[in-house]
Order: sequence, then structure tokens, then C-alpha cells
Amino acid sequence: MITVQHLQKSYGHGPSAVRALDDVSIEVPEGEVFGVVGRSGAGKSTLLRTVNLLERPDSGSVSVAGTELTSLNGSALRAARRQVGMVFQHFNLLANRSVQQNVEFALEAARVPRGQRAGRASEMLDLVGLADRGRAYPAQLSGGQKQRVGIARALAARPKVLLSDEATSALDPETTESILDLIARLNRELHLTVLLITHEMDVVKRICASAALMEHGRIVEQGRLVELLRTPGSALAGQLFPLAAPGPGDGPTVIDITFAGGTADRPVIAQLAREHRLDVSILGAVVERIGGTQAGRTRLSLPVQGEAAAAVVADLRRQGLIVDWLRGGEAA
Amino acid sequence: MIDYDSPDFWSNLAEVLLKGTGETLYMVGVATVLTIVIGLPLGILLVGTEKGAFLERALGPVWVARTVNRVLGFVVNVGRSVPFIILMIALIPFTRWLIGTFVGTTASIVPLTIIAIPFFARMVEIAVNDVAPGLYETADALGATRWQLVRRVLLSESMPAILLGVSTTITSIINFSAMVGVVGGGGLGNVAITYGFQRYSWIHIVFVVIILFAIVQLVQLVLSRIAVRVSHRGGADGRRARTGTSRTRTSRTALTPSEGAAP
Repeated sequence: MITVQHLQKSYGHGPSAVRALDDVSIEVPEGEVFGVVGRSGAGKSTLLRTVNLLERPDSGSVSVAGTELTSLNGSALRAARRQVGMVFQHFNLLANRSVQQNVEFALEAARVPRGQRAGRASEMLDLVGLADRGRAYPAQLSGGQKQRVGIARALAARPKVLLSDEATSALDPETTESILDLIARLNRELHLTVLLITHEMDVVKRICASAALMEHGRIVEQGRLVELLRTPGSALAGQLFPLAAPGPGDGPTVIDITFAGGTADRPVIAQLAREHRLDVSILGAVVERIGGTQAGRTRLSLPVQGEAAAAVVADLRRQGLIVDWLRGGEAA
Repeated sequence: MIDYDSPDFWSNLAEVLLKGTGETLYMVGVATVLTIVIGLPLGILLVGTEKGAFLERALGPVWVARTVNRVLGFVVNVGRSVPFIILMIALIPFTRWLIGTFVGTTASIVPLTIIAIPFFARMVEIAVNDVAPGLYETADALGATRWQLVRRVLLSESMPAILLGVSTTITSIINFSAMVGVVGGGGLGNVAITYGFQRYSWIHIVFVVIILFAIVQLVQLVLSRIAVRVSHRGGADGRRARTGTSRTRTSRTALTPSEGAAP
């Protein structure tokens, strides 16, 4: 649905130039929720803005639903942009217009005939759960409600794609959850393709099927979450399940076991104790649902080292578990 | 000297003041309408044609916008720096060409409008500059045209500040309108000059002052009420509209990411 290829974008000239995008390519399949994560300044925001050409890339191509956007200008570009809805971190609502009028503005921009705007706007407000707030003004709404209006406005012209620019970053955790639930529901019900950027891993865990990690304008890792979790040494998987670094008293051998999909419910630790006669200690563990499957990571300290530890790890890997060495073995 | 004991004194006074007030309201009213009609688009054009602003490419190649911006900015600055009494004299040939004469109430509207337009255009510029940068991006993302951006976003968002600008502009047109009395422009200024200054009637001056004060207060009251009504921002912004102070120009460095990062 969204294909971005070899994007380059720098700001400024000469030695002071900043590379915001450096050969960035992503592919978002229809109906998927795709998350781009990274620190601020990594280029996420620039990437998102090139998808509806709020930012023009220096080179590379962007196509949405088969339309190549980078070649468009003027009214053709405006028409193409209506196929792409966008929500913003700070909502960007018109303060002096009512909620209803804010949504109607999107319809006016989309050239929906005057007579149909009111009905369509109400329908959108109903969809986001604000049916009774049409006459309110943005200042009278909570942050979560404002973002709902932002979503209603973004989807009013029935776009195929929704771009989300840190849509939940200005919201408290509970509100964040309800907005993410809403986006997930719209993704299912409207078969909406969503490209979101965030610096919160929780957002990715909650609603994304795929993700990309950006650093210094480059994509360093991307793929389906389930597969990323199965990839040894994956930086994204590490960030999705952050565990405290092992301390000096945690023994000579520390390993991380990542479970994804079918391996999640296996009694690994009991098995280690039984078959290898090892008293393993659990240093940390996280288990969550990611991309619709149970996934997690457990950090274990083993009371053995050298070849004995290597044998245990080899055995675990034979069972399809992903094992990363933190101390001893391959980490040394 | 005025004969205060004359039986006709009060009715004469009333007549003079009524005529003067009528003329002032006529001059100020017409000049205000013309100022808004010309100054509002001018102010928007001034903001829009700035480097990287929303009309930069709307007028054709970028140099067109750049030139328009320079010329308008220059004209506005000249207009704002020339004292009114000098501008009025300098405009005599133009006024005569336009109206047929340079004396009288109708002719006075010409210099009043011309002094007020740059003043008001600057206020519109300040008001529009205050619109949150994210809204330009939002309008673009929605595929809005430049006209829709101006009409639905910029004017709507800056309307409270523009209304306060109208109020300030009317006050200064009233201020200038007193000076056209010098060239026989009529109005309350004329009353003050002919009766108060030339014939030493303090009572005329007192009434002129009271009437002008009342007009200015009424204009400010009504316009700031309307400004509060159209402002739904709440919080600090709403209070600002209520107290009748317009906001100072804020930095525009973060208009859009591309402009923010450009050196």
C-alpha cells in the first residue's frame, strides 16, 4: 500500500548539512499497522512527512496505493494527499471552530458537496465515540478527545492510509491505550493501512504487526515483529523487551531466551533443572502479546561456564528457542 | 467670542456637535470599511509572500512572491513612517484626481484610508503570524487549497486578534480624523478648531472630548466583545482577547520542519 524507495533528504548545504533520510526504503502492506521507532532526530518524522509529500525528498520515490506521489504537483498532489489521512502529536485542531466544523473542514478540502458534509462529519464523530460532542470547541475537550477529533478529521475523506505522527505522545498512559485501541479497531473495521512513528516501544508492542528501527536517518532493522523477535541479536527485539543489565553477582554465564509464537508456553526452566540438573536463576522476564502472538524474553543466570554452558545453549537452540549470550560463551 | 447667554446658544451648540459627530462618523466609517477591504488582503499577502511562507509558490515563480513582499513591505513602512499631516498634504494631487477636490469631508476619507491601510495591514500580519505553525501542515495534509487555508484556517484562527486590530485601527482613524479639520474636512476636529481654538469656547472642547471619548470606548467595547465571542481558545488566549491586548509577534522558526532546518 505504501512503498517508499531509496529516499534521500538532507537539510542545509556543505559541511553543515544534516542527513535526515539516508537511503530509506520501507514497504507497508495493505491493512497493516507499521511502526517506525527511533530516538528524536533519527529521521522518523521526516520519513512520515515524505509519505504525503509535506516534505519533498531530494531523491527516491514514494507511492501510495499505486500512485507515485513524488512526480505530482498542484491539484493532482492535493487529490493524492486526500488518500492519506494524518494525525498529529499536538492534534492541530482549529481552536475557533467547533468539533463538527473541524471535521467538515476536511470534507470541504476534499470537495465533498456542502449538503453531505454535516452528515458525514457526524458519522465520523460517531465512529470515534464523540457523537455528542460535535458542538463543543477543542478547548473544552480532553487530550484524548482532541485526538479522536483529529482521527475523525483525518479519516473523513475516506483515505486508504493513516499516518500517525506521535499521535499518543502528548497523552497519559490510559488515554494512550484507548487511542491505540481505536486505531487498532479502525485498522480492522475499515481495513485501514496505518504508518505510525513513535518513540514509545509500548505503542509498537500494542498495535504494530511490523516495525522499523531508525538511527541517524537510516533504517537499521525492519520486518514483522514476530520474525524480528526470532532474530538473534535483534536491536528492536532488545528494545521491545528491555531487561536490566546483569550485575557482578549474577554468575559467570548470563543468557537471554526469547520466546515467540509456538515456543512461548514451553516449560523451559523446569526442563533445564530436570535434564541438565542446573539451578538456574531468573534475573528478569517479560511476557506480552505482540503482533497477535505471545512473546517474551527471560534473562537467566547459569551456574556453569565454558563447554557445559555452551552445551546447554546448544540444546535450547535445538528446541527452536532464540538464545543470546550476555556473559560467557559467545559474549566473551 | 461666543455669547454663552444667548438664547440660541444651547441649540446652536447641539446642532454644531451633531453635525460634527455625523461627519466624523461618516469619515471614520467609510475609511474603516475601505481600510479593512484593502488592508486585510494586503496583510495576508505580506505574511504569505515571506520566505518559505504559504503563498511563496502561489503567485508563480518564487521571485514573484519575493518581489511582491519587498514592494509591499516597503510601501507599508513608508506609509507608517510619514506623519499624517504631511501625508495629507502630499496626497492633495491624488485626492483631487480621485474625488475632484481635496477639501471637504468626502475628500478627507482618501488620506484617512491611506494612512490606516499600512497600519491595519501590519496588525493583520501580526495576527496571522500568530496562527500555530502546525495548522499550515494540517491544511496541506488535508489537501486544502491556498484559498481554503486562508479562509478556513488563517482567518478563522486569527479573527479575534484581527478584530482587536480593527478596534485599534478605528481608534487611530478617529485620532487622524480630528486633523482633517485643518483642511476643512469637517467633523469634530473642525468643531474644536473653529469654536474651541479660534473662538475660545471651552464648552465646545469639553463636549468634543466627551463625544470622542464615548465613540472610542464604544468601538473598543463592542469589538472586544465580538472578539471574545469568536475566540474559543480558552485559557490564556481567551483572556488576552477579553482584556483587549493583542499578542506580540512570535518566532516563526518552526513553521514547518523543512523551513526550520533550512539555514
